[in-house]
Formats: sequence, structure tokens, C-alpha cells
Amino acid sequence: MKITMAHGSGGASTSELISNIFAKHFKNEVLDRMEDSAVVPGSSRIAVTTDSFVVTPYFFPGGDIGRLSVCGTVNDLLMSGAVPKYLTCGCILEEGMDMDDLDKIIESMAATADEAGIKIITGDTKVVEKRGDFGGIMINTSGVGFMPESVSLSPAGCKDGDALIISGNLGDHHAAILSGRMNIKNEIKSDNAPLGEMVSALISNGIRVHAMRDVTRGGLGTVLSEFANASECTIDIYQDKIHVSPAVKDFCKMLGLDPVYMGNEGKMICVVDEADADKAVELIRGAKYGENACIIGNVSTRDNGKVILHTGIGGERIIGPLYGEGLPRIC
Amino acid sequence: MCVALPGRVVELNGTKATVDFSGNTVEAEAGLVKVKIGDRVLVHAGCIIQTMNDAEADELEDLFREIEDIQI
Amino acid sequence: MDRLQEIKDKLKNYNGETVRFMEVCGTHTAAISENGIPGMLSDNIKLISGPGCPVCVTVTAVIDKLTEFSMQENTTVLTFGDLIRVKGSKYSLADARALGGSVEMLYSPMDAIRLALEHKDKNYVFAAIGFETTTPVYAMVLEEIIKRDVHNLKLLTSLKTMPQVIRWVCKNTDNIDGFIAPGHVAVVTGSDVFKQLSEETKMPFVVTGFEGAQLLAAIYALTGMKGRTGIKNLYKSVVTPEGNLEAKEAVEKFFEPCDASWRGMGMIPGSGMRLKSEYAQYDAGSYGLDEDHMPPGCSCARVLTGEIAPNECPLFGKKCTPEDAHGACMVSTEGSCYNYYISGRGN
Repeated sequence: MKITMAHGSGGASTSELISNIFAKHFKNEVLDRMEDSAVVPGSSRIAVTTDSFVVTPYFFPGGDIGRLSVCGTVNDLLMSGAVPKYLTCGCILEEGMDMDDLDKIIESMAATADEAGIKIITGDTKVVEKRGDFGGIMINTSGVGFMPESVSLSPAGCKDGDALIISGNLGDHHAAILSGRMNIKNEIKSDNAPLGEMVSALISNGIRVHAMRDVTRGGLGTVLSEFANASECTIDIYQDKIHVSPAVKDFCKMLGLDPVYMGNEGKMICVVDEADADKAVELIRGAKYGENACIIGNVSTRDNGKVILHTGIGGERIIGPLYGEGLPRIC
Repeated sequence: MCVALPGRVVELNGTKATVDFSGNTVEAEAGLVKVKIGDRVLVHAGCIIQTMNDAEADELEDLFREIEDIQI
Repeated sequence: MDRLQEIKDKLKNYNGETVRFMEVCGTHTAAISENGIPGMLSDNIKLISGPGCPVCVTVTAVIDKLTEFSMQENTTVLTFGDLIRVKGSKYSLADARALGGSVEMLYSPMDAIRLALEHKDKNYVFAAIGFETTTPVYAMVLEEIIKRDVHNLKLLTSLKTMPQVIRWVCKNTDNIDGFIAPGHVAVVTGSDVFKQLSEETKMPFVVTGFEGAQLLAAIYALTGMKGRTGIKNLYKSVVTPEGNLEAKEAVEKFFEPCDASWRGMGMIPGSGMRLKSEYAQYDAGSYGLDEDHMPPGCSCARVLTGEIAPNECPLFGKKCTPEDAHGACMVSTEGSCYNYYISGRGN
């Protein structure tokens, strides 16, 4: 069965779609009330974020747009130090989309929300006419998290001597998506994952975390440039310490791409007090999705706002943000 | 200007080869050079442009031997 | 490796006469940046990025023609990734796509055959740019087009060759003391081409690969060979003196040498390749695409010949940045200006 314009009419077909797919998978006491607004208890300080998700194809190796749309927003909340609580789900569907696909995507959203410990409390669905390059579904999620009183994280908080820890290999998501498009076959899977377990391990064990950021589009280079700018510190990172799987490494070489600018959906960089660095790595490694965590560099006040990559051969290269779209270069 | 990477031929069907690069495989055109399964080859834009001479592996020692007569 | 360390030390501490070497190949330019090599050299050893990025040397008329095709009913332009952002006289292919044009990015021109056979009702134009390494790939595409009777795929060619442009650079500047020869061009042409060029230009040429150690060894060799003719081949696993004869034969079957227009540099006699007239039916209209509208102030040509460093161009980092590139050298990730900019050289 396919999505039709009637599913967006607001009438009987819409209700049917909501109850057969969305309400079936997103079951909780708040959503089940099906009221105009979800009414929930709050906290003195809340974190709010929103993100929209468009990906072609919507099922990709290692994940799907549903899982991605939960992870992206949950991770944004986590990176501010918030405990993720509530999520909204807005779907724009394309006429002609396969109903079974939608069911799988929404089921995956529900499972990922469960895993991440966040409740999907309200949602909306619209249908647009088929236009060829839409990709079937676009999802917007907004997230609300509660801020613990003691937590205050900001890229500006990077301090002289701090260690930089990355939670695992770079480039998997980007390579997984691009492989299909470039007709390259491999076993590379997207790393899309919620990072709550590693973050709460750090916070609950009293690690002095100064800044955190999930390394998504734009890659490590873009995140670190923002850190260096905001903190006016210099960041030194070491190529030999940055893990990239052999398959992703060769994938990048085939297309002239740089792993430092490849997108990820389940990796974070955190800046911690030097004295806590080894403990922090151990905690992240012990948490789900963090088994390859390692220290990749450090912060200093030696120079203002620069990111320097120390290359394997012994050179130095300044790392700026990603420019342009990061297109494959063949020739 | 020309991104090319060494890989290994894992399948051959006429002039169509499947070439593996650390777990990434592509269909590559093998019409420009004679190849057999197991050969290390250089692939540019989906085309095998050369087989690699394993006796000349471009190891560092070979590199240094080439320039041992040069002093700066 | 002790010897590697010794080479690094000597390159860093070199205090002889200032030497300038040109890496002609864009992939070398990118590898030099990625490895952070400029900072590993003495101030008396300078690297100049030459005209070896095919995207950077493609004239505006070719881009204009491609954008025109992309806007045509039922026609899709197929291209390598980084050509998409290069501006023509008005639009880039990315602009054309935003205006409703149809542009697709491919890993291999061979994939174009598959697309054309899958969608027989659509017309495809492949943006066939490149140097000696890529031209044989287009020859293979043509073989397939003929063998499989593909009627809906044509090539818009803007193919260039190295020897003539190297001669042109040597004639137009006396700023260069030697060349890092393009490694993957040499795979096809063979190293003997550069031997001949060395004798003509009285300069050393070193053929090398794309790893940091190979590049350092090449720069070391050139520094030692300064003022002499001669070649070294540091990429013997794939580069032979005579090159890939089958590839050269395949090219000769379909293509013939022609004069070619280079972005910012003008017409260079005998520096291009075009489809032979008997294969004209596979050409999308490549003849006479020589016009080149350089943005005012853009110094791409002087950068490409090593006459000035990228940061000496009045637009560099001001009007011309990777986000808003005026000249082609700032667009491609192989471009000399782009690499200067992103690696903070010249700041």
C-alpha cells in the first residue's frame, strides 16, 4: 500500500495512518492522550533543540532515517549536558511512499527512542505531491532535555592542557551513504547511535568535561575549528591517533576525500581536564558505542584559535572548517 | 590530478574485473592491461590503468636506493 | 627509518641557493597539503603548484556548454564531483542544478554506460575532462558505446596533455628549477616522456608517487639535481619507461592531438586531444569551446605558472575563498589556491 494525498487530508485516512503506524509504535501515556499539545512536568532549566532529517536512501547500511532522526536530536541534547526527556516527531511524506517502509521507519524510531530513554510525546504528519527528487520522507524532531544544576558545557570552556577524546572511528556514516550513491560495494555501516551511555558514565563519575560535541556533518575538522575559535585556544591533534577503519580509509582514498571532514552520526569529541583523560577514555570504552575511544590531541594557549594536525610523516597542517560540500574528487 | 589507488583483482569476467580495496569492491574495466585474479592493480576512474610490479613494491628501502647517489 | 629522518633533516636545514620546484599534478598538490610538507622544508626550498588539476584548467566555454545541456529537456550531465562547483561565465553546474538542471555525479565514466542503457529514453552528456591518465578511460567508454550500440550517451571533451603545457610554463617563466612529474600521467605515458622534456628544458624531473615519503624523496632528489638535466623514477611499481602501450593505442584509435585552450593561460598549440572526425557522432559539441571569461582581478594563470604564489593574488582570501571562489584554482580540492587557503599557507 502506498501513501496518497488523502493520508494528509486531516480526515479519516489521516487518522487511520496515525493509529496504524505512529500510535502503534510510539506508545506512552502522554502521546496516547492524542491531545493538541503534550503536557508534561518540567525542570528549572531545560535544553531545547530541533533538527530535520533528509537522507537518500532512507534505509542505509547500519540504519535508517528513523533511527537517525532520534539519534541526531538526542545527541544534540546530550552534548549540552542535558538528560534527554521528550521528543517530537514531524513527518513530511511523499505521495506514493510505500506504507510498509513507513511502518519500518517509525518502528525503528520507537526502538531507538526506547534505547535512548527519550519519550516521543507529540507528532504531526503531512503529505506532499510526488515530485521525483523528494526521497519519500523527511522527518523533523525537536528534543527537550533537563539540565542538571551543576552542568555547564561550552566550546569556550576548553582550557590549556585539556585532552581531546574521540569516541571511535571516523567516517563510517558518510562512507556508508556515499557507497551506494557511487556504486562502491563494501560492508561499511553507518555509526548512527545515541550516545547517552557514554555521556552519563562521564558525568556520573565526576569527569571534569569542559566541552562536548557530536561529530556530524562537516566532520572533526569543522567541530574543532569551532572549538578553537570559541575558546581562542590552539588544538593539536595527531593523525596517527585518529582511528579510521581500513575500509573507510581506502574508500576515502578512492574518492579523494579526507576522513577529517567525513560526517558521522554516533561519534563525539569531548574535551576533558588533563588529569581525568585516561579515566574518561576507560569510561567511554566501557560504554555502548565507545569501544574505540582514544585521546587524539590536546589544547594549549600557545597560539590563538588554530587547529593543527600533526601528520604521520611529521608535517603540520592547519585544519579549518569544511568548505563546500565535500564532493568526491576523481580527476 | 588523477586519483588512483592500488587494489587487488578478485574476480574476472572478460574485460570486467572486480577489484578490492581493503573491503571496498568496484567493477573496473580491464581492457587496457592484461590482468589475472590476484594481481595488484592501479585503478583510476573505474579503469585498471596498470598492474603493479611486486618486485618494485615502492618500499622505503627501494626509494632510498634510487636516490642514494644524491647529496644535498 | 633513519634514512628518512636524515632526508627530513637535510630538507629542513638546507641553506643552499633558493630552489623552486613545480608539482604539476593536482593530486600531488593535495597530497603535499595533506602531509603538511611545506612546513617540513627549509625556506630556501619552495613548491609551486602547476596547471595539473583538470578542473582548474577547464575554460568557461566548456562549463557554459555543460550547464546549457543540463537545462535541456530530458538531458542529464554526468560528471566527476569537483567540476560541479566550477563557475562558467555565469553559472556553475551546481547553480544550474539549483535552477532545475539535471546533473549527476559518477565515480567512473563506465557507470555512464549502465545509466544510458537503463534509461534509454533519456540523453546523457559526460563531461570528459582530464589528462593522459583519464583519456584511456574515455577510449574504453567509446569501445563500450560502440559495442553495446548506445545511442543516448555523448562525450563533451576537454582533454589535455602534459608535455606541451610544461614546455609552455618553461617558456613563460624562469622561476622553476625542476619538476615533480605527474605520477599517474607517467603510468600511461611512461617516464621517457619526461626524460625528453628534461633534455629540452635543461631541468631535472622526478617521477614519484603520492605518499609523504615519496614526495619528500622527490624533493630531496630535485634539490640535489638542481642545474642538471636528468630524471629519476621513484614510482617504479607502476611507471615504466615506455608506459602503458595498450592504453596509448586505445587513445590513438579514438583521439588526435589538437590545440587546446587553458583557463587563464589561453591557447596552447598541441596541448589537447579531441575525438577523431570518424567518431564525431559521439561528440556532444566540443569543437571551438575556447572562450574563457576570467573574473576581473583573478590571477589564476600567474598562479598556475608559478609566477606568483596564491596569496599574492589580490583576490586571495578576500574576494576569493573556497566558499565563494572566483578562480578555478580556489574551487577544486586539488587547486593550488584552495590548498594554500585550507592549509593556512600564506597567512
